[in-house]
Amino acid sequence: MKIEDALEIVSQTHSGMVRSHNEDSVACEPACGLVVLADGMGGYNAGEVASGIAISVVATEVSHRLQEASPTDRDEESGEELGVVLLRDNIQKANASIFHAAQSQPQYAGMGTTIVSGLFYDNRLVAGHVGDSRMYRLRGEALEVITRDHSLLQEQLDSGMISAADARQSKNKNLVTRAVGIDAEVVPEIHVHDVLVGDIYLLCSDGLNDMVEDEDIQSILYAMQGNIQLAASQLIQAANDNGGRDNVSVILVKVKGEFAAATGWLARLMNWFKK
Amino acid sequence: MAAKLILSMDGAVLKEYPLVKERTTIGRKSHNDIVIDNLAVSGEHAAIVTILHDSFLEDLDSTNGLEVNGTPTKKHFLQNNDLIEIGKYKLKYINDQVSQTTPADFEKTMVLRAPAKQSEPGASKPDGTGRFATTQINLHAADEAIEKTGKFEAQTPGAAAVPPVKPVTQPQPGQTAAQQPGAQQAVVQILTGPNAGKELELVKNLTTLGKPGVQVAVLTRRPHGFFITHVEGGIHPSVNGQTLSDQPHQLNDHDVIELAGVKMEFYFKG
Repeated sequence: MKIEDALEIVSQTHSGMVRSHNEDSVACEPACGLVVLADGMGGYNAGEVASGIAISVVATEVSHRLQEASPTDRDEESGEELGVVLLRDNIQKANASIFHAAQSQPQYAGMGTTIVSGLFYDNRLVAGHVGDSRMYRLRGEALEVITRDHSLLQEQLDSGMISAADARQSKNKNLVTRAVGIDAEVVPEIHVHDVLVGDIYLLCSDGLNDMVEDEDIQSILYAMQGNIQLAASQLIQAANDNGGRDNVSVILVKVKGEFAAATGWLARLMNWFKK
Repeated sequence: MAAKLILSMDGAVLKEYPLVKERTTIGRKSHNDIVIDNLAVSGEHAAIVTILHDSFLEDLDSTNGLEVNGTPTKKHFLQNNDLIEIGKYKLKYINDQVSQTTPADFEKTMVLRAPAKQSEPGASKPDGTGRFATTQINLHAADEAIEKTGKFEAQTPGAAAVPPVKPVTQPQPGQTAAQQPGAQQAVVQILTGPNAGKELELVKNLTTLGKPGVQVAVLTRRPHGFFITHVEGGIHPSVNGQTLSDQPHQLNDHDVIELAGVKMEFYFKG
């Protein structure tokens, strides 16, 4: 199945009930199975600028490269798959662009963004993220977070300093330990996951998971899996009904069919000719 | 403003200590940050580790131990107004960040860079977010429906359990909602079919009617009322004989919903 037929992708973003403008950005490239979501930060409109640069660099660069190459190709230098390399390199490229803009223009000083992105190919998903924007997976009835926040609170949870129940009371939410565009270098966290037909992937900014409990997210996704456009609206509505203190953005990806890479002799021959 | 401890004994305030250091020690010996010169207090009795806006209390294997809000405690994540007791001495923990920030300061995502020195304006979230859980009523095969209905009754008490969330220090805006329709108790009673007479209390924020993947409508509870929304399947539900569009439809007292041939009445209780 072609990737654009195998995946159903919807996205929605809202400024919330408190903020006057929206610093989140989302991009979807169904033709190459790419989704990107970024939550910007910085004064005035710098947050929007940062998240906007991040998603446009990643979305345009990755989709451009994949017009000629296959994500299953091996990178000549590292031996890694091109899909993995592309996602990592372009998050770093976005980091450099934002960092330089912030250095050269005083009104953008200190701007940065989180990013969470997914590239689907060959019945797999490469997930790359920086900061506290998340990716969830609904498989069957079970909802799981498949990214680990780069935040102070997550580090405290990991070190056992604070329990999950206490974490809800913490006043140190929203402190991210890694962000795109803040320093000259960034290390994106990249993982590869197997994808099953029927899975639903949710990418979201912290405006969703701070306002809506995970089990509420689960019940919305599970009940509305047959209509993910409605599920996206419902998630945003739930965040806003609970106060909507932050911008809230969601991307939903539903896996409708298999999308194995062509591995037959003909495909290999065609790839060989392309080189 | 930094959090602080107020030391008192027998109701008389002795001193205030702002928690400005990463580690604040409490004990009888003079090198402690908070010195309590009393034989019931160990030389190094306890320590408080403060990371930005959060403080953690730890008993340093003291002889007589300590209590927080009346409970003997070894390690504790301090909350505003917690009362630490060491012998006859009381230390009240005050961290009223929440009341000191404007709504605009809330929720700003910030990057933490080492070394994290500066104290950023606090950010806190409302904790009392409503709980969802899903209850299913199967509207298809009659015998199956009875089974499933039994299931929802069995599920309800557990799912409705109060979440382990402490009340926050201040009422959150938008939650003064006792009179709002969404806070009212509502019920759906099945009128026709094998389950006629069964009542389903809408205690959750999302109640599913039907079977996901086949035929689904959901009842959602929102701050200003209850809504029914068609999700998927060939049959759109109707309310009082009017077939619904794809938009959510607000329910009024004694509305009659019909879905897949089953009629049910929505009403507010009490």
